Amino acid sequence: MYAQLVKTEGTKSLEEMTAEERAFQERIDRGEKIEPKEWMPEGYRKTLIRQIGQHAHSEIVGQLPEGNWITRAPTLERKAILLAKVQDEAGHGLYLYCAAETLGVSRDELMEKLHNGTMKYSSIFNYPTLNWADIGAVGWLVDGAAIMNQVPLQRTSFGPYSRAMIRICKEESFHQRQGYDIMMKMAAGTPEQKAMAQDALNRFWYPSLMMFGPSDKDSVHSTQSMAWKIKINTNDELRQKFVDQTVPQAEYLGLTIPDANLKWNEEKGGYDFSEPDWSEFFDVIAGNGPCNKERLGARVKAWEDGTWFREALVAHAEKAQARRMASKVAAE
Amino acid sequence: MATLDLAVDQAALFECLLRLGDNTLVLGHRVSEWCGHSPVLEEDIALANTALDLIGQTQLWLGLAGEVEGKGRTADNLAYLRDAAAFRNLLLVERPNGDFGQTLMRQFLFDAWHFEMLTALTRSADKRVAEIAAKALKEVAYHLERSSDLVIRLGDGTAESHRRMQRALDDLWSYTGEMFVTDDADKAMAEAGIMPDPASLRGPWEARIRDVLAEATLAVPTGTYVHKGGRKGVHTEHLGFILADMQFLQRAYPGATW
Repeated sequence: MYAQLVKTEGTKSLEEMTAEERAFQERIDRGEKIEPKEWMPEGYRKTLIRQIGQHAHSEIVGQLPEGNWITRAPTLERKAILLAKVQDEAGHGLYLYCAAETLGVSRDELMEKLHNGTMKYSSIFNYPTLNWADIGAVGWLVDGAAIMNQVPLQRTSFGPYSRAMIRICKEESFHQRQGYDIMMKMAAGTPEQKAMAQDALNRFWYPSLMMFGPSDKDSVHSTQSMAWKIKINTNDELRQKFVDQTVPQAEYLGLTIPDANLKWNEEKGGYDFSEPDWSEFFDVIAGNGPCNKERLGARVKAWEDGTWFREALVAHAEKAQARRMASKVAAE
Repeated sequence: MATLDLAVDQAALFECLLRLGDNTLVLGHRVSEWCGHSPVLEEDIALANTALDLIGQTQLWLGLAGEVEGKGRTADNLAYLRDAAAFRNLLLVERPNGDFGQTLMRQFLFDAWHFEMLTALTRSADKRVAEIAAKALKEVAYHLERSSDLVIRLGDGTAESHRRMQRALDDLWSYTGEMFVTDDADKAMAEAGIMPDPASLRGPWEARIRDVLAEATLAVPTGTYVHKGGRKGVHTEHLGFILADMQFLQRAYPGATW
C-alpha cells in the first residue's frame, strides 16, 4: 500500500450526476476500463494523479532504506538480489510516472511536488533500516503489505494503472519471497542473527500495519474512490487480511509478533490485534518520522546535484538536432 | 583441462583471476553507491543494472579463482575475508564516485579497457576463462555503448558539463596507465595463451577512447605519469573504507550464514 490518505471529492448519487458522469459511472460499474483519451470527471483524474503519483514517489523513495544496505550486503548473492530488487523499485516508479503522464501531468511536475512537500510518499519509508534483518523485514512485511493492496488494484478502473499494477505485482511477490528467505536464514541462524530478526519484526510490525491507512471509521476519502474502483477494498479489510496472512509466517520463523493482544478469533475467522499508534502515524505523515528529513533531503539533493546533467542532455539533443537540420539544408 | 592445468602456473592464474574479479567487485561496489541518488530515474535503473552485472561477473571470476587456488575458498570467502593488501584491483576502480560526470568518466575509461580485455579472453586457451568472458562481454559491450554515449553527450552538452567532464578526464587520466602494465604473472598467462598481455590492449583502447573523446569535444590529457600498485596489493586509502563497509557483517559475525 503505497498510497495513503489520498484526497477525493464527495460522492454523488446517480440522480445528482450529469448525463456524462452517469454514463461514466455505469461503465465502471460494468467493469470497463477507462483509457486516457476518454472522457472522465475532473475529480477522477485528479484523484488518480494524486494516488498514482504518491505510489510512484513511494517506489523511488523506497530505494533509499534498502539501498542503505547494498554496500554492506553479507554475500555476493544477497548483494545481487538486493541490487535487482532496488532496480525493480526504480522501474516501478518509471511505469507509474508514465501512467500518471497519460492523465496530463509531467514527471517533472510530480517531482517538483514531491520535493516541495505538497505530495507525499508512503509513511513506511521514513523508518530506518538498522540491521541486515531489516532488509528481510522490508521484503516480507512492507512488500507483503503493498501486495495486499496492489493485487486488487490490478482490477482498478483506469487502464494504464491497472496494467502497471499487473507488471508490478509479479515483481513484488518475488521481492516478498526474497525478504522471507532472508528472515528464514536469520531466524535459523546464530543467536545474534535471530535477535536481529526479532528486532526487525518489532520495529516494522506497526509501521507495516499503518501502511493500510487509518481505520475505516476515520477514513474520509474512501467512498468516492471505491465507487470509481480506484480503491477496491477498505483499509481495515486489507489490514485484517495482512495480519491473518502474516501471523502464521511469523510463527513458522519462530518469531514473536510484538502484540500482547494478538489472538485468533474463531467467530470472525481472523485474528484480533492491536491498532497501531495512530498519533505516531500522523506525526510521520506530518514530517516527524525518524528519517523524513534524510529521505526527502536525499531525493532533493539527487535532483539538484543532477541539474547540470539533465541540462546537458537537453543541450546536446538540441545541438544534434540543429546539426541534422543544417546538414539537411546543405544537402538541398 | 587437466593436462593444460599441469602445464600452467596456477599461482599466476590465481593472481590474474583475482585481478579480474576484484576489478568488477570494487567497481560494482562504487557504482552501487549511487542507488537512489542519481540525477534521473533512468540513471538509477541503469546504474543498478551495471552494478548487478559487475557483481555477477565477480561471482564467476572469484569462484574460478577459488577453484584454481584449491584451498576451498569460495567467491564469498575471497570477497569478504581478504584485507586490502590481498586485493588486486586497479586503482582506477576504487577512485571515489565524485560527481556524476566523474563516475561516468571512470566507467567509460574502464569499460573501454574491459571490453578489449574480455574480447581477448573469449579466445583463452582455458575454456573456463573463455566461457566467463563470453558471458561478461555481452554485458560489457552494453556498458561501453552506454558510457561512450553519455561521455559524448555530456562533453558536447553545456559549458558546465564540458568543464566537468574535462576535469574528470584530467583527474582520472593518471590512473589509466596501470591497465597496461605487464608483470611476470601476466607474462605467464600470455605465454600459456590464457590471457592477453595487458600491453597489447593499449592500442585498441587508445584508438577507441580518442574517437569518443574527439566526438565529446574533450582533450586527451598529455600527462604520462602512471599511478600504480593496485594490481600488486598496494592501494589508495579508499579501498580500506570500501572493505570496512562491504565486509562488516562477515567480519562482525564470523561463521554465520546469510
